[in-house]
Amino acid sequence: MSIVIYIAVMAIVTYLVRMIPFTMFRKKIKSKFFRSFLYYIPYAVLSAMTIPAIFYATGNIVTSAVGTVVAVVLAYFNMPLIIVALAASASALITGLII
Amino acid sequence: MNSQFKKGLLHGIPIALGYLSVSFGFGIAAVRAGLSVLEAVMISVTNLTSAGQAAGVEIIAAAGTLIEMALTQLVINIRYSLMGISLSQKLDKSFTVPHRLAVSYGITNEIFAVASAQIHPVTPPYMYGLILISFLGWSTGTLLGAAAGEILPLMVTDAMGLVLYGMFIAIIVPPSRKQKSVLFAVLVAAAVSILFKFVFTAVSAGFAIIISACVAAALAAVIFPVKEEAEE
Repeated sequence: MSIVIYIAVMAIVTYLVRMIPFTMFRKKIKSKFFRSFLYYIPYAVLSAMTIPAIFYATGNIVTSAVGTVVAVVLAYFNMPLIIVALAASASALITGLII
Repeated sequence: MNSQFKKGLLHGIPIALGYLSVSFGFGIAAVRAGLSVLEAVMISVTNLTSAGQAAGVEIIAAAGTLIEMALTQLVINIRYSLMGISLSQKLDKSFTVPHRLAVSYGITNEIFAVASAQIHPVTPPYMYGLILISFLGWSTGTLLGAAAGEILPLMVTDAMGLVLYGMFIAIIVPPSRKQKSVLFAVLVAAAVSILFKFVFTAVSAGFAIIISACVAAALAAVIFPVKEEAEE
């Protein structure tokens, strides 16, 4: 089968999954539970994606852990996203060079 | 240039850098699975998602059926439906249907997270800026990874694996510090996610994220319901 057909199916399904709810929801949601759920969902998704995966991100648990601690400390002091992201990566690289 | 658009571009820089490194790996994997450079880039340009693309390449390599492809994409990407509903609640009034149809393309975990973290309702130009720069990072990274394989030393690409997660940390830590309820949701999601990683290992990564997040958000919603004004 042509790879282009596979790619078309992937792209169409992925687009519809994104488009239908985003375009159809016009009203403010009334349910207090559902509104609260939607308020917490982004943080919960990111947390579930990050932990424990972040500790395997560099392929070395020690350099990953150092990068994680650096990121948490900088984020705690409200540093900008780009600084936190690059500092995490840089500290893991430096740790890797040392050990 | 529209200032909202510029702001979106600026906010998208960390996303684009993170995507550059992640899609670099995707490019390498896709070519290794037997796809051409052009096909790898086509997938990234039309899908703009990490987990779904990785699974899609596996299905292509194994010559799976189109039904399997469709179902897999549906399950892995269903989180974007939840994000779409959530984001639809904080759109500016200028968001007409054509804008919604266009912006739908760019709902990813990271773009959603950055857009959700904005205090004011988000405008179409802001979203276009955010999506455009992220898209450029994602497609360029795929092209580089697929075409050149190993451009950077392994130590550097390994360390780049942290960029995206570092950004996630930067998004979740400050609100967790301010609000006990967010901290609660974050900790529960992390705990359930760890359970899936080490105990319920049969559950695929995509499902593990969906279940962890829904359990955490539902518990937080019951224990700490959001007040009307806290939403705006």
